[in-house]
Amino acid sequence: MKPQDRSLPTEEARDLLQLVREISDSELAPHAATYEEKEQFPRELFRLLGKSGLLGLPYPEELGGGGQPYEVYLQVIEELSRAWAAVGMGVSVHVLSCFPLATAGSPEQQERWLPDLLAGDLLGAYCLSEPESGSDAASLQTAAVPRLNGLSVTGTKAWITHAGAADFYSTMVRTGGRGPNGISCLLIDAATPGISFGPAERKMGMRSSTTAQVIFDNAIVPLSRMLGSDGEGFRIAMSALDSGRLGLAACAVGVAEAALELATEYADERQQFGRSISQYQGIGFMLADMATGIAAARALYLEAARRKDAGQAFAHEAAMAKLFASDTAMKVTTDAVQILGGAGYSQDFPAERYFREAKLLQIVEGTNQIQRLVISRGLSV
Amino acid sequence: MKIAVCVKQVPDTWAEKKLSDSDNTLDRASVEAVMNELDEYAVEEALLISEANDGEVVAVSMGPERAEETVRKALQMGADSGIHIHDESLKGSDALATSLVLAEVLKDRGFDLIIFGSESTDARMSVVPAMVAERLGRPQLTFANKVDVDGGTVKIQRLTDYGYDEVEGASPAVVSVVEKINEPRYPSFKGIMAAKKKPIETVALAESGIDAGQVGLGAAWSEVASAAPRPPKAAGVKIDDEGAGGSKIAEFLSEQKFI
Repeated sequence: MKPQDRSLPTEEARDLLQLVREISDSELAPHAATYEEKEQFPRELFRLLGKSGLLGLPYPEELGGGGQPYEVYLQVIEELSRAWAAVGMGVSVHVLSCFPLATAGSPEQQERWLPDLLAGDLLGAYCLSEPESGSDAASLQTAAVPRLNGLSVTGTKAWITHAGAADFYSTMVRTGGRGPNGISCLLIDAATPGISFGPAERKMGMRSSTTAQVIFDNAIVPLSRMLGSDGEGFRIAMSALDSGRLGLAACAVGVAEAALELATEYADERQQFGRSISQYQGIGFMLADMATGIAAARALYLEAARRKDAGQAFAHEAAMAKLFASDTAMKVTTDAVQILGGAGYSQDFPAERYFREAKLLQIVEGTNQIQRLVISRGLSV
Repeated sequence: MKIAVCVKQVPDTWAEKKLSDSDNTLDRASVEAVMNELDEYAVEEALLISEANDGEVVAVSMGPERAEETVRKALQMGADSGIHIHDESLKGSDALATSLVLAEVLKDRGFDLIIFGSESTDARMSVVPAMVAERLGRPQLTFANKVDVDGGTVKIQRLTDYGYDEVEGASPAVVSVVEKINEPRYPSFKGIMAAKKKPIETVALAESGIDAGQVGLGAAWSEVASAAPRPPKAAGVKIDDEGAGGSKIAEFLSEQKFI
């Protein structure tokens, strides 16, 4: 979908999407395949996005953000992901990692740190999962124990996007008893002694996005870096994920859109039995279904976003959007590989890359099974 | 220091362009319009010089109504204000008329420096900067690879086929830049929002004191009689090596000015 065809609330949003398309075309798309192959994290690119004001879009202008509604911010994520999924997801993760400070931090904490987090030079990571605590997030074990000079944090966080590359880690730790009420949220500076990182995970896709364990060994974090009150961490983490989910839904639509564009172009060009294969109903209908799925997924995440922007409850719709968009991306990218045939299976074309990227989106930030759990729970009165 | 940067709206550089059937002028409606790519370098250079000298940048464009988008783009990148010269009678103006209008509008506004991109990607004549300099009676420092402003003197490196010439002139001077000079910035989202509030002055032809008979398609010194698409690429030159292959290749490369 061209930026000018999007449904956007303001002229400035239109200009913003145009800028994002320009940056995507010149700075993202041409480099994605190389970085993916080399498993290299494009840190400099995030600085460019930061300089362009794209790393703090949904946060208030007074605190250095872009003051944009989710309706606009998410379409930016979709555009970025269309060019390079790992970068679109990275921006979503950065925004997620700013969420605890931006929503639960005290005014003093926000004034002190948020402008730096949103200015674009710094990159964030969000640390919730652990090797033994994934879907059952409330069972996390990383402990923060009071010491004279702050909290001593010890434990291992797993599957952390931007581990080692990030400048700050919004981290859920156990400060009290078992269960969700014993969890607190800390904004931990990357330079804190006692933090180290595991080797980078060797992933199926999104290889240019760096993922690793973050290991805390008696890392001393000042009490002033606790966001929200003691025991409030789990609520903050879940609320962050409600919004983060929307980012991933948009990311999935971007990946699917890229796959559709590729498959359509290929099907128009590829001649068999004397005409373009897109002229055959078997292929044409596949493309039609792909386009319909994408339009529906986009409409669903935008509906959830507009509810959020209007201050209505949206967690239910966000879970649906993440579920539907990533399942759609999986189906669309699978069909794109099929339409390209042998070329789809070859690394010389990006179809197989989109396919591998889509798979992550069914898993990350709450598997699609967990999304169904969230949705079904929301149905009971 | 007050700097004017002249920007032109052109059809998307990479799009296939068409001429309108009626008068063989460019069919602007059928393609997306963008800021001429080389003008982005001119804007960047103007901003760099302005930032180093605590100056002010005014983006100037002559063109149809939607050319205001291109002025706005310069404002988004960081220019302080804009001038949009827009008049129905200007349609079809050739380089002579364009330079006449630009010179009339630019003079008496106290600019210390006037910067252009060295050519536009649609007409590719590269003559407007020189013509404007001539009309203003100011030094023309064209094809600059590097610009230094030192008090009342403007020094440039003029890119040539074999290297560069050092050229200097007294301010106010007219400079045109080549794409090797810098790396244009992207507008930031804050820049986009700030640009909404920056002023754009619209200048009609009458206000510039030029008679409508001097501009437009009717006054053009040249006319496009007919046009044909570029022929497909021809096969390359094949050199058989019968002992002197090396020097033949060198000869060919030299002819093409590669070496």
